[in-house]
Amino acid sequence: MSSSFRQTLARIGPFLGLLVVIALFSIPAETREFFLTYHNFKTIFTQTVIVAIGALGMTMIIVSGGIDLSVGSSIALVSVVGAQLIQRGWGTVPTVLAIILSGGLLGLLNGAAIAGLRMTPFIITLGSLGVARGSAKWLADNQTVNYEASPINGWMTTEDPFSYALPEGVWVALVLAVATTVLLRNTVFGRHVFALGSNEATARLCGIPTRRLKVLVYALAGCFFGVAGLFQLSRLRQGDPTVAIGLELDIIASVIIGGASLSGGVGTVLGSMIGALIMAVLRNGSQQMGWPTYFQEIIIGLVIIVAVFVDRLRQGRQT
Amino acid sequence: MSDVAVRPAALRLHGIAKSFGATRALRGVSLEVAPGEVHALIGENGAGKSTLMKILSGAHAADAGTLELDGLPYQPEDPHDARMKGVAMIYQELNLALHLSAQENILLGAESAHGGWIDRRASRERAREVLAQLGHESLPLDRPAGSFSIANQQVIEIARALLTRPRVLIMDEPTSSLTQADTARLFEVIGRLRAQGVSIIYISHFLEECRSIADRYTVLKDGESVGTGRMADTDLARIVTLMTGRDVQDLYPRTAREHGETVLEVRELASDPRLRRASFRLRAGEIVGLAGLIGAGRTELVRTVFGLDERTAGAVAVLGREETDATPRARWAQGVGFLSEDRKEEGLMLSQSLADNITLTKHGDFGRWGWVDGGSQRAAAARWLERLQVKCRGASQRAGELSGGNQQKVALARLLEHPAKIFLLDEPTRGIDIGSKAQIYQLIGELAAQGKAVVVVSSYLPELLGLCDTIGVMCRGELVALRSRAEWTEASIIAAATGGAA
Repeated sequence: MSSSFRQTLARIGPFLGLLVVIALFSIPAETREFFLTYHNFKTIFTQTVIVAIGALGMTMIIVSGGIDLSVGSSIALVSVVGAQLIQRGWGTVPTVLAIILSGGLLGLLNGAAIAGLRMTPFIITLGSLGVARGSAKWLADNQTVNYEASPINGWMTTEDPFSYALPEGVWVALVLAVATTVLLRNTVFGRHVFALGSNEATARLCGIPTRRLKVLVYALAGCFFGVAGLFQLSRLRQGDPTVAIGLELDIIASVIIGGASLSGGVGTVLGSMIGALIMAVLRNGSQQMGWPTYFQEIIIGLVIIVAVFVDRLRQGRQT
Repeated sequence: MSDVAVRPAALRLHGIAKSFGATRALRGVSLEVAPGEVHALIGENGAGKSTLMKILSGAHAADAGTLELDGLPYQPEDPHDARMKGVAMIYQELNLALHLSAQENILLGAESAHGGWIDRRASRERAREVLAQLGHESLPLDRPAGSFSIANQQVIEIARALLTRPRVLIMDEPTSSLTQADTARLFEVIGRLRAQGVSIIYISHFLEECRSIADRYTVLKDGESVGTGRMADTDLARIVTLMTGRDVQDLYPRTAREHGETVLEVRELASDPRLRRASFRLRAGEIVGLAGLIGAGRTELVRTVFGLDERTAGAVAVLGREETDATPRARWAQGVGFLSEDRKEEGLMLSQSLADNITLTKHGDFGRWGWVDGGSQRAAAARWLERLQVKCRGASQRAGELSGGNQQKVALARLLEHPAKIFLLDEPTRGIDIGSKAQIYQLIGELAAQGKAVVVVSSYLPELLGLCDTIGVMCRGELVALRSRAEWTEASIIAAATGGAA
């Protein structure tokens, strides 16, 4: 294989995966008619929003050579915070900002602990996974936090469910995806994130403030997790401290299926978005086929392994 | 006269050759070691010692030549096979499982067991037995290996090697991390083994040490054995001549250089634990070479100057200004550039593009407000790729896809693009082909002619003698001598580096 062909393949690999998965559910007669409709894809896009926005932050972290296991707990915590603020009569804009910033604060604490204590991100965020989940339950007094009404509730649905319009959440995810792509590809910050993940020693040698950069990456990713939490609240219409358990695994899986390397320095926003879509299509399709949820879990698990194995074969040939 | 030569050899090598691709690592090595003899194997870095040891210990197979052990053909399939046949090796880097006990380490892979159950009593007896052989029967067997001193860890390592009752024991630079007292204890152990009839091949840079422990020696140079004899009959100057006698090729540029003002001044600099004391001055247009053995503190010296290693004493002044805490970031801002000795682990981002690698110190300069303009970044990189004749598909290619010599040029291009005024180059030509070497020498010469100041750390003496105006020699953490190139010879550099009179 010529190396330019290989690079093209590397770029479109996840995209091909998505097409294969869509084709898979388009062939059986019992699902074809409903599966391949605009409205079903509207549902799939809406179902992808939370994982996709989480995957944007996670892409940054994984490209920088890190990992964050606390995303699911963070989403639960910020959605509880948001619900309580609405209860207290905060307006929509201050509530939204507070949700995003509390996500950023959690990320900042993670990053500060990782850079300051020089510990591996896996351990720090495994710890904060527990801390954030516990705090959410404590704050919510172990119950769901209900509120009367808020404009936030309408951002994950459209007024007329049969309209062709997409809910706000989908647009926000799209805009954030474009912004993150530009951020990672075309800014000094983004290039330094790649440098940090590719070879931290080189980054240090070249005068990049690696510790400060790490804190910044986790804090910014935390803001994305805050936005994901906002749409979690919008979808559930209540603050639930037990929501999004295990969601971090879906988010990490999206990024990995999208071609990022857990050892850092490699990854694209487009890949991660396609990864998130692949998982959402698999879920949606399995439901329509009437497969039980345990079967979906098995399939998604296998897809992760196959995706990374194929990716490694490709990487192995390149050297 | 000696009876050593009369006894049949325990190990005999004849005409050993080995190539890796186009590189001929060994061109014809002969070596004979008698039972109960300590045989010193001497040679510069790159002379082929480690390749020879890998052939003996079964890690590589020879392309040509014969090996005999006790008069029988010896062809080890792998290190385990070599050990079973009676050749054991102690590597320079200790190979212990630091969390396991001393006893477990000694018996690792050779435990006394019945049906998978470890027989603790039998194991203990065997461990005690080999330790007694070394005169260390009182070593506490249950303590984790990591809690012992380096010297005692080495005893554990030797004990493990003795478990298979080797006929030949190879020791690679065993004293490089030992204190003098520990070295004396190691020599006692070697003396005991010699008395028991074990043959020892002792590899060391420290000629004085070889003299005090070895019975005979063999000198390797450029993959050939160039001399052998009895240690007692030979003086060290003769051995040094054997090691070095080579003519410097026309590789090295003699550009016209004028030395200007002092741009870098290092005073009594120290960084625990490897760098103990170093002072030197570097002037504009000057190339200063740093010679010394591996581990002598040369790398630590340039890293500390650059702010990568922590300074524990002394001072560094760049362009007359002294900072208390220099960081790589501050150094780049002052126009100091650093080339790492390890381009894969530290020098380059192998998964990133050549453009990103070359411009990493100044991404902010390729656009405004934190924006990076990829086009001008690639254009800047492409200029150097062409100028340095880097073989690549373009500035977007990933660094990991290039050959070693081309990678090194890319790493150097970063300093040129920055642009640096003071170049700290750690082993700039290590592991690269001769063509790239010549180009890099040429480039360094041109830099000096333009008034840039260069420090070159190198283990290859002809390179230092060919390239530098001034050469400093480091030995065990100290910069012991600093003189103009004309006052040095390879022999005098080796003498200074190995702790002999400078």
